[in-house]
Amino acid sequence: MNIESLIFYGVPIYLIFMGVLVVLTTKNLFKMLLGLSLMNSGINVLIVALGYVRGGTTPIFSEYPKIYEKVVDPVPPALVLTAIVIGLAFLGLGLSIVIRIKEKYGTVNVEKLKELKW
Amino acid sequence: MSEAVIILSIVLAILVVVATFVLWLTKDLLVAVLASAVISLVSSIFFLILQVPDVAITEASIGAALTTGFFLFAMKYIGRNEDD
Amino acid sequence: MIRKFLYFVILLAFSFFIYAVISAYFPFGENTLTGVAKYYVDNGVKDLGGINIITSIVTVYRGFDTLGEVTVLFLSVTALAFTLLGFKVERRTLPNPTLIMETGGRYLAPLIMLLGAYIFLHGHLTPGGGFPGGVIIATAFLLLFVTQKVYKLRKIHLTVTEALAGSLYVIVGLVGLYYVRSFLGNFLQTGKPGYIVSAGIIPIIYLLIGFKVGSELTAVLKNLKEGGDEH
Repeated sequence: MNIESLIFYGVPIYLIFMGVLVVLTTKNLFKMLLGLSLMNSGINVLIVALGYVRGGTTPIFSEYPKIYEKVVDPVPPALVLTAIVIGLAFLGLGLSIVIRIKEKYGTVNVEKLKELKW
Repeated sequence: MSEAVIILSIVLAILVVVATFVLWLTKDLLVAVLASAVISLVSSIFFLILQVPDVAITEASIGAALTTGFFLFAMKYIGRNEDD
Repeated sequence: MIRKFLYFVILLAFSFFIYAVISAYFPFGENTLTGVAKYYVDNGVKDLGGINIITSIVTVYRGFDTLGEVTVLFLSVTALAFTLLGFKVERRTLPNPTLIMETGGRYLAPLIMLLGAYIFLHGHLTPGGGFPGGVIIATAFLLLFVTQKVYKLRKIHLTVTEALAGSLYVIVGLVGLYYVRSFLGNFLQTGKPGYIVSAGIIPIIYLLIGFKVGSELTAVLKNLKEGGDEH
């Protein structure tokens, strides 16, 4: 349990659980979307941190005939690149639904929304 | 990793802890959106320390510019106070 | 207030347990490249000619996942435009910009678009690729929306660009199926690594993805700012 492992594994796991906490303890729909975006950031950092090789360098061979011996694993960044853009798209969709709820019911507080139902 | 990089990571980790507490406990939604932008920036620097610059450019441009832009455009219709 | 801090303590204990399990099975930094990753690193430059290994994984080796991601983006942007259909904006929602903001925005926006185009054109040589390039172009349009008094962007230009770029992506895949017998396979020659005209179909695919992502996100910003179309 050295200091590097504590930072590069501990901070993403802490971000994921703070995101869960924000979703659980707030009554405002907009703040729940903020919590989901926190969880997204945390998971992406955790996946890339699992593929780190100590002493490795980036997998771009700029001086081509010379090959580096130790490179960082290239497969997790290729997955995370896609996941970040998809996270942005679903955040936009969630925001449009919250805008429509506010226009129709006048409030985005989940307790008052349950009253208006019946 | 060298000593300087580890000290930088410790400072960034303290910044993340402070920013998540501000996001959880504030009642003003504008402050919460700005705290989310700070957390995105720190994630981008972590990606750079882990030697993958592709993901760092993507996370910096999406998390800091476009996510804040979406939230601010939507907040004009929703209202700025949490207990509304 | 006390209840919130109780939740925080319980979740902190749970997260400490998860950290202990992960750090025992995958110690930080002890990863060794085996299997598929070792093949990509050893033979990536010889097969395809592009010196950025992450880029050649995203476009050619795992190209089908990128097609799925383009589909998911298209689906969620269409659903957003459909949800905001008929949403009327009664009053002007942004305050009037000053003279400095207006002039500065007009000078900065073409430079930002130039940066975005540089990033997606050199995707096989430098870090970046199609996705950050498209996002930076959408950021230039966000600057123009915020700093100009009146900025009219016709919707027909955005939708035609997006539809054309998406269809051309599938057509490039079908041409690969015809010549090389695999969907999204590489059918151009690889050239010398390190030159801008090299690496097979990687520059073409990233060009199409850059245009598609940029026009989609600009359409989302326009919908969020001015409301949807009429019913």
